[in-house]
Amino acid sequence: MKEEFNIISNLIEENTRVLDVGCGNGDLMKFLQENKTKDIRGLEISKEKVQNCLSKGLTVIEGNAESDLKQFPKSSFDYVILSQTLQAFLNPEIVINELLKVGKKVIVTIPNFGYWRVRLQLLFKGTMPVTENLPHEWYNTPNLHMCTIKDFYNFCSAKNIKIFKSIALKKSRISEINESNLNYKNLDSHLGIFLIES
Amino acid sequence: MNKNIDTKKIIISNPLKLDCGKEINNFPIAYETYGELNSEKSNAILVFHALTGDQYVSGKNPITNKDGWWSYVVGENKPIDTNKFFVICANVIGGCMGSYGPSTINESTGKQIGTDFPIITINDMVNAQYELIKYLEIEKLFAVVGGSMGGMQVLQFVANFPDKAKLAIPIACTSSHSAQNIAFNELGRQAIMADSKWENGFYSNYKLNPDKGLAVARMAAHITYLSEKGLQEKFGRKLQDRDSLRYGFEADFQIESYLRYQGSVFVDRFDANSYLYITRAMDYFDLSKQYKGNLSDAFKETKTKFFVISFTSDWLYPTSENREIVIALNSIGADVGFVEIESDKGHDSFLLDVPSFLKTLGDYINSTYKVINERRI
Repeated sequence: MKEEFNIISNLIEENTRVLDVGCGNGDLMKFLQENKTKDIRGLEISKEKVQNCLSKGLTVIEGNAESDLKQFPKSSFDYVILSQTLQAFLNPEIVINELLKVGKKVIVTIPNFGYWRVRLQLLFKGTMPVTENLPHEWYNTPNLHMCTIKDFYNFCSAKNIKIFKSIALKKSRISEINESNLNYKNLDSHLGIFLIES
Repeated sequence: MNKNIDTKKIIISNPLKLDCGKEINNFPIAYETYGELNSEKSNAILVFHALTGDQYVSGKNPITNKDGWWSYVVGENKPIDTNKFFVICANVIGGCMGSYGPSTINESTGKQIGTDFPIITINDMVNAQYELIKYLEIEKLFAVVGGSMGGMQVLQFVANFPDKAKLAIPIACTSSHSAQNIAFNELGRQAIMADSKWENGFYSNYKLNPDKGLAVARMAAHITYLSEKGLQEKFGRKLQDRDSLRYGFEADFQIESYLRYQGSVFVDRFDANSYLYITRAMDYFDLSKQYKGNLSDAFKETKTKFFVISFTSDWLYPTSENREIVIALNSIGADVGFVEIESDKGHDSFLLDVPSFLKTLGDYINSTYKVINERRI
């Protein structure tokens, strides 16, 4: 978690306006507030988590990213962050489009379904993968649209979304993803972090 | 109402131009304060009361001898902690707890003003209370807070005085009274006016009181403050002090007895004309209309931080109407937080012991106070 926060924080310029979509209990918001910018908002669907955020004094709105991003004007945030949430939406493509409208830049992080440990579970155990990063069983997972680093990379090129930076994370090891190492990073990383712009 | 009690009062000498076109001056505002104003004057919170509220937010209400109407929220070690904050609450104009209203005695005639009192609006109420803030020499409030009609006043206050509060918390309210809201208020007013003792509003001249009409108004309104589920769980079809139906029109059911009781205690503390005037003010409230149909424009000038709260079972001021305020604020990039609190207690939730509401409100106010003071805004 900490590594992901650090990488996200390093992608953000100081004193910019940030929206954290699916901000959970506000841990990333708090981290960024202490390290980068005071001007940070959150959107979260769970009442309990919204209350936790508000209790910490964080500016968070209860709402659903699939319907409530529309209320923010175009380019009203310098950065919109979507941390490990994309796979849980009914329609990730619409959400990505909304994020790109609201934010000048968008940071998306993706739990990588192409990670070799995930692949091995399906290959050898023949069951849906359950890992530290993806702890749910197939019948109770909130994750509707799992994808791999390579899937997201290809999605961006197909939709003409510019990738400014793509970073792979394995445990605490950080590396850049590029055209030539894509297949390897897709196999050897548990998390992909993308800085994109429409 | 207007009994001889020792209310704190100031006389506003500045003329106040009302929305109806009339001008008032030398009028009283009754208020109460709790806690101490700190030396920087940075800890003041102005609380606005709802339709039938008054200045007695906390502690014992000297008129009813009951707890103040927001005792769950305001007081020592409460969410709005009076050990830390200086809390101010004024009776709205139009009210009957010492501020200028229809039961105020007209000194030239020695009689109550009655329905010669001018029609007032939420805007007028807020402008009158701003005079109190000036009198208390508070340059900037830490927060303005209120539920229901109190929330409407919060919105109007920030629109009128965009740099006078650091934080605004409108709770269970709306930016514009809906047809349903107006309909229920009209029902209440008609009940009062249908009472033969109303005497076109001059009942006090005849030593009368339209208490039957006012009680019916209160009973009808009271239903709108609760939820169907809450009513069903609390009362169901339970009978009142009897084992079987009596085949008559007495209060057979507990719910009937409860409503009759609510009506009867209300008439002891509230003036029927005030009920007419204040419900009218609520009906006239339409903040977006004041800004040519664009609610966002009401808040364009402000840097005030907002926290909007609604309740799941509130059908009088439903979440959708509270959310409209949030949407208007977001569309101009204002600093706004929002949560809908889970509760079966209907619109009244904001007045009652709803732990997740009280905790979230208290934690939010305290952590925001800390952050704002650290940043020295």
